[in-house]
Amino acid sequence: MAEPYGQLSSILQAPQVFSASDYPWDHGDKINLKWTLLKENNKISFFVIEQSNSNKDGTFKQITKVDSSVNKFIVQDLDRNSSYHFQIRSGDRFGNLSKPKTLDYAVTPKQDWFDGRRFPLFLITFIFSGSVVFWIIRARSGESLKIRKIAGLEAVDEAVGRATEMGQPILFVPGIQDINEIQTIAGLTVLSRVSKVAAEYDAKVEVPTSKSLVMTAARETIQASFLSAGRPESYNQDLVYYVTDEQFGYVAYVQGMMVREKPAACFYMGAFFAESLILAETGNTIGAIQVAGTAMPAQLPFFVAACDYTLIGEEFFAASAYLSGEPDQLGSLKGQDLGKVIVGIGIVVGVTLLTLGTIFGEDTLIGGKLLFFAEYLKSTILT
Amino acid sequence: MKRNVPLLITALGGFVLIIAYFIPATQDWGEIAAIWFDVLASIAFILGGGNLLKIHLKNISNKTPGWAYSTITLFAFLITLIFGLGKIGVNPNPQYPEYPFSGHYREIGSPFWWLYEYTFKPLTATMFAMLAFYISSAAFRAFRAKNTEAILLLGTAFIILLGRTFAGVYLTSWLPDWLSGLKIENLTVYIMSVFNTAGNRAIMIGIALGIASTSLKVLLGVDRSYLGSGED
Repeated sequence: MAEPYGQLSSILQAPQVFSASDYPWDHGDKINLKWTLLKENNKISFFVIEQSNSNKDGTFKQITKVDSSVNKFIVQDLDRNSSYHFQIRSGDRFGNLSKPKTLDYAVTPKQDWFDGRRFPLFLITFIFSGSVVFWIIRARSGESLKIRKIAGLEAVDEAVGRATEMGQPILFVPGIQDINEIQTIAGLTVLSRVSKVAAEYDAKVEVPTSKSLVMTAARETIQASFLSAGRPESYNQDLVYYVTDEQFGYVAYVQGMMVREKPAACFYMGAFFAESLILAETGNTIGAIQVAGTAMPAQLPFFVAACDYTLIGEEFFAASAYLSGEPDQLGSLKGQDLGKVIVGIGIVVGVTLLTLGTIFGEDTLIGGKLLFFAEYLKSTILT
Repeated sequence: MKRNVPLLITALGGFVLIIAYFIPATQDWGEIAAIWFDVLASIAFILGGGNLLKIHLKNISNKTPGWAYSTITLFAFLITLIFGLGKIGVNPNPQYPEYPFSGHYREIGSPFWWLYEYTFKPLTATMFAMLAFYISSAAFRAFRAKNTEAILLLGTAFIILLGRTFAGVYLTSWLPDWLSGLKIENLTVYIMSVFNTAGNRAIMIGIALGIASTSLKVLLGVDRSYLGSGED
């Protein structure tokens, strides 16, 4: 049966009560184990949990070793199509082990219909989405909504106008991620506006892309913009083209193109990585008016340093609503404010719990509880 | 129809992924949706390759300024494609020696591997290395002390830069232990972990809310501008 690791001790006793049950509200990959010592035994310094995938007389393997103060354990990464047997042993400080207490039944993890661990997140998502939908409906019913001026978006018309006056093209870079990246989608919404203004002014917009799906989407966007500007005949699909998927290959092309063609206005809207500064500095060198927008925090300082206007994080995502001015979209921005209130409350509660917990001390009952709640807020509710 | 079908696919794909996140039984649906995207993206490679050929052949044919670069691009593209797809110079897999095509296309020593190791990688590294010079020129512009904010930025940057050099550590090494918080390396850590993290997190919270709101607008079809104009 079981293979002992240390010497078998006759003085040590395994916990008399040992049970296993399915972990509730999970994907069917966990089992709860609990045990109790009916008689205190201060010789015990740890427990060893063993698992067998076949039957209770099969080979048991150690899956964990826990401190003697612990009386429960969650076995993870299990297969919901298998049954498992468990046994527990007590161990002393010399490494001697007791005889095992083996469960006489097998436990099969069960998949539940809802992932309970994610319930707090579901609730927050529900409230946030509800708030966005509520404000969209309010905006549709005629509620007037105000939005603060965003300099970077006000500059779109100015940049396109300048390029038109100079007779130079406009460069639009939609980042280097694919169409499944929300920043690329947000970038395309700005492209929609840029190309519409360019169509009205009869300016040329060039869009080199690093993903072919983005190329297809950008073509659709520009074509529709030219159509809505009443100049479908001016649309040239060859100005939206694929370069390469390789990050620095793409940068080399765009940089070379900028130096050769000297676009008067450069827009960088999407997800950027190390190429952000190379592109923005090249644009700066050729004297182009530059507007950037990204949600990559590490690239924001580079854009701020090298571009004339930068849309920082949420401003970038607000661009579509701001530029279109549609009540539906403005309503969604208002709905976002509730999200900020929720975050604000979370920050205040978390900071208060941690501060009070630290003041009372981890060892005190109240301090321990406060710190536990702070950890629960951070690791369970917000994860 | 041209607008409604993509909207329907977007909404369906998006909601399936959301449901799959919360309901374990539908987890496979989310994985299937992700596989579908991968399949589409793979097919799109052909689209991209075709477009690359078209654009550069057109440049060469019209002798547009810089057409020589197009020639180099096409040459590099075709050579890499032929060596990679044809598995030229690749030895058969030892498990299947009777199949000459069974070797891995990136086998060490093969022409494709050689192209990657000795052409592509050095070129990529060269582009990346240029970043150091661009950082210097951008920093020079950004740190000009023209107003209070710029002076603060300059001062902070000076401490951070100095704190990451041996000279910086040496400069304040004489400070006694009770003033160790003022040692430049400790000041650097403090600025990065308190001020920088706080600012970064504020931006991240805004970004997270923006992403959630934008995703919802796209899923509900409120924002259609990525499909063209917002007008029907």
